[in-house]
Amino acid sequence: MADDCRLPEREFRQTFPADPMLVRSALRAAVARYMRRMTSEEAGTMELVLAEVLNNIVEHAYAGRKGGMIDLSISVTGRGLEVRVADQGLPMPGGVLPAGLAPSLKMSGGTQDLPEGGFGWFLIHDLTQDIDYLRDGRTNRLRFVLPLRREGAVMPESCPIASALGSD
Amino acid sequence: MDLFAEALDGALVVRVGEQRIDAAIAIQFKDRMREIAAQPAPRVVLDLSAVQFVDSSGLGAIVSVMKFLAPARKLELSGLTPNVQKVFHLTRMDTVFTIHAAFPEQKLQDAV
Repeated sequence: MADDCRLPEREFRQTFPADPMLVRSALRAAVARYMRRMTSEEAGTMELVLAEVLNNIVEHAYAGRKGGMIDLSISVTGRGLEVRVADQGLPMPGGVLPAGLAPSLKMSGGTQDLPEGGFGWFLIHDLTQDIDYLRDGRTNRLRFVLPLRREGAVMPESCPIASALGSD
Repeated sequence: MDLFAEALDGALVVRVGEQRIDAAIAIQFKDRMREIAAQPAPRVVLDLSAVQFVDSSGLGAIVSVMKFLAPARKLELSGLTPNVQKVFHLTRMDTVFTIHAAFPEQKLQDAV
């Protein structure tokens, strides 16, 4: 399988100010970096999850405060993409990851009962694996895996180029 | 914010020219939709066929437009692209909105 023998991508890493337009360009760059190993559905999922995580930091951790920075790094693992996000904003409420229950769509009081928010953490939990949050001093550290269906996320040792690199 | 409104088949059709309805433009989108919806029409159809990406902020903005129009008027959607459809499906919002493949519905070719 020549496809499995491609060189692994470098780690993606960007540090950028917590601003909605800069979040947009960072997540576009991150998706573009891994485009070749994803289906278009997986690329859409990656873009959505990153948007939810990063916009949460802009809106809640930094609560609209200017000057905060976000550090995003992504690497390829055997199961997909491992994403690490760090910021120096406020800790998560109660110091724990929000539960991510799906907001109720019951409309006993009519359309006005419909929720306009609360979907972000539901989508993040639903679309990621092994999500983990840690408050590390003044830093929030979030880590999760975006599973990729396609095999060959790790270059097998049997690949000619892998053994060539190994013996280098 | 690129929104284009036209009256069509008794509905006000609003075509979104933006590729994204996300956190960066959700508030602008809500405000512009309120202005546009000042035009009288019993149905408002939001055509999303050019939109490739909606996040939870964009979804919330669309819901808020629906609530703003209710109870007198209805917000319907058309032309959801696959990634946008997925967000509506995961959040079950596809059960709340009337969603058209296209608006006006394309006429089916005569089949024998």
